[in-house]
Amino acid sequence: MKAIRLKVVDVDLCVGCQCCMFACTRRFGEAGLSKSAIHVGSAGGFERGFIVRVCKSCEDPPCARSCPTEALKVRDTGGVSFQPNKCIGCKNCVEACTVNAVFWDDSLGKPIICAYCGYCVDFCPYGVIELEKSLEVEEA
Amino acid sequence: MIKGDPISKILYVDLSRKRFWVEERPELFDRYLGGVGVGIKLLLEECPKGADPLGPENPIIFSVGQLNAFFPLASKTVALFKSPHTGNLGESHAGGRSATAIRMAGYGAIVIKGSSSIPVYLVVTSRGVNFRDASALWGMATYTTGRVIREREPGAGVRTIMRIGPAGERLVTYACVVTETYRHFGRLGLGAVFGSKKLKAILIAGKLSFKPENSKLYREVYKEIFDEITKSDLMKKYHELGTAKNILPLNKLGGLPTRNLSSASFDQAENISGESFAEKHLGRRVACSHCPVSCIHLAALREPYEHEPYFYKTRMISYDYEPIYSLGSMLGIGSTEGVLRLMDEAESLGLDVMSTGVALAWATEMLLKGLIGLEETGGLKLKWGNVEAYVKATRFLVEQPTSFYMALARGVAYASNHYGGKSFALTFGGNEMPGYHTGPAAHLGFLTGSRHSHLDGAGYSLDEKMVKNGEKPSPPKIVEELLKEEAWRQILASLVVCFFARAVYKPETVCKTLEVMGYKLTAEELQKLGLEILKHKLEFKFREGFSFKKLSFPKRIFETQTPHGKLSKSFMEEALKLYEKKVKALMEGNL
Repeated sequence: MKAIRLKVVDVDLCVGCQCCMFACTRRFGEAGLSKSAIHVGSAGGFERGFIVRVCKSCEDPPCARSCPTEALKVRDTGGVSFQPNKCIGCKNCVEACTVNAVFWDDSLGKPIICAYCGYCVDFCPYGVIELEKSLEVEEA
Repeated sequence: MIKGDPISKILYVDLSRKRFWVEERPELFDRYLGGVGVGIKLLLEECPKGADPLGPENPIIFSVGQLNAFFPLASKTVALFKSPHTGNLGESHAGGRSATAIRMAGYGAIVIKGSSSIPVYLVVTSRGVNFRDASALWGMATYTTGRVIREREPGAGVRTIMRIGPAGERLVTYACVVTETYRHFGRLGLGAVFGSKKLKAILIAGKLSFKPENSKLYREVYKEIFDEITKSDLMKKYHELGTAKNILPLNKLGGLPTRNLSSASFDQAENISGESFAEKHLGRRVACSHCPVSCIHLAALREPYEHEPYFYKTRMISYDYEPIYSLGSMLGIGSTEGVLRLMDEAESLGLDVMSTGVALAWATEMLLKGLIGLEETGGLKLKWGNVEAYVKATRFLVEQPTSFYMALARGVAYASNHYGGKSFALTFGGNEMPGYHTGPAAHLGFLTGSRHSHLDGAGYSLDEKMVKNGEKPSPPKIVEELLKEEAWRQILASLVVCFFARAVYKPETVCKTLEVMGYKLTAEELQKLGLEILKHKLEFKFREGFSFKKLSFPKRIFETQTPHGKLSKSFMEEALKLYEKKVKALMEGNL
């Protein structure tokens, strides 16, 4: 099966610098965090390390199943694509995502969905995350 | 400034009336960039002349800069207040997530005024402020306070939780404010100012974003800086062993203050070196928000409970060069475990580790010389290397069971005024000395720097450079270099870039980042602005009674050999006079 997904290689490598989060918002030329589809927070205090939340690119994504307007469509390559024009901002997808990787853009009132572009990976100096591509994708 | 950048919003909080409001001050941020540049103007406005540092009239100002959340390693927040420790300018910087959180909540500065009648903590978001009852938190250690608030409030990952421990509540004048458990507004007693206002903690959370006019340029400049930080060797030291790496080289050089500076090399330095800490204890490295360096080193200290076999606790304790100096070599403690236990105690109580170590070192020498007795020390046999006694004495600084500890809770300068022992009281302008006995520039800097910190003009670095180059120091040279460095650092502290990144954020690089932010400034113009900001800080200091005539070097620094030989009193006096002359010229606009 063709699949591209963002993978957390080893969460214990994470130092919590959040450069990936800043990178994700910077894709749109913006500085800050409001457009980030990746989240790094402590696992209950810095001493316990960090939790890195990324879209797992599920085969049968609960977020897409929960969307009443088909704004989230399952992609051939895994994961979902988001069509903002169809989205009514019901937040069902946020609730449905088991790993809490659907984020919310307060300024637009719509979800932030990972596009699997891998821009964040280039700004993680510790190799915590990588863009994983299945053989079929590599060959294609 | 970028048009519409919310940085020009200043959030005012009045603790007396439990009210808040926002004022827009674009002209301030446009001219002074942010951070210390804007903060000092706000302090001059908000703090009345002659204010009681522990009275409701003393404001607390937190300010961030335009580069925060825009560029990597712009990761610091500046706090300004009138210091209860020195009775003059209070300025302290901290990272953690504080700068990102304030900037992303959409504020450039937060001004806290007044004083609450009951303990409170604040929750700050882009929507404003919520006042929360903190009476149940009063008396709690800094660690526990963080845990409780973390559980109760939203914003995980995009928030800062600044808090005080019992030291701040008991108004120890060198109590600190802890943020994200391991970072500190460490020096000059911000913790006591919090305590005097019955302010236990502040949580700030936010995740906004802003668009610079030229996004393409923004991404290019960002990438250039990010690559320099992560791919060159410039930050390697901070990343691998952290600042603790400095223990061995400073000891070898003969500049590591030991046993209250009766010596400048420590026979057990190997045992408490950065290498020893890393090999024995390093459990995790963590970073401030938007800093890929991860200089925060956490030691895992595993200790058995005495009441039951095979029952252990493991604590994570952050260590750095300065705490190892002040609670290690300065107290003659030559074991990592001993130093960590003391650090943990100071952290939990919310004390500035540097002042704590110097205070205990002075008290030890007082006892050893028979100038005080066990009655004063509360029965503690303070002597070099006695970890158990020092752990208890650290608690006594907060509990203050005797009048001696009550005095010592106000610092070494105050205590030595009452009990004697001034010749070995290692304070400069009322602040306890940092860990560098490297030569004349370090000590002149401690005394003349605007916040009496080694970070003002980095004299230690100048001393070390001169040793390396076989250069003989001269008063004109060290005065000129200290002033130039302190002026430049006002720019970094206005942006607010971490000083550890100073080798990356050179003037040309700063100009490029400021172009993204809509400025056209040259390196010369920046240096001039730095001097102007320094002048405003000195304006505050003179207004509050600062005078060069009141400054003096502790006698001890002339008795112990430095890497530049024994310091000469006449050399140091001459340098001090010259510094005064330069400052006079700066104040009169003739520099």
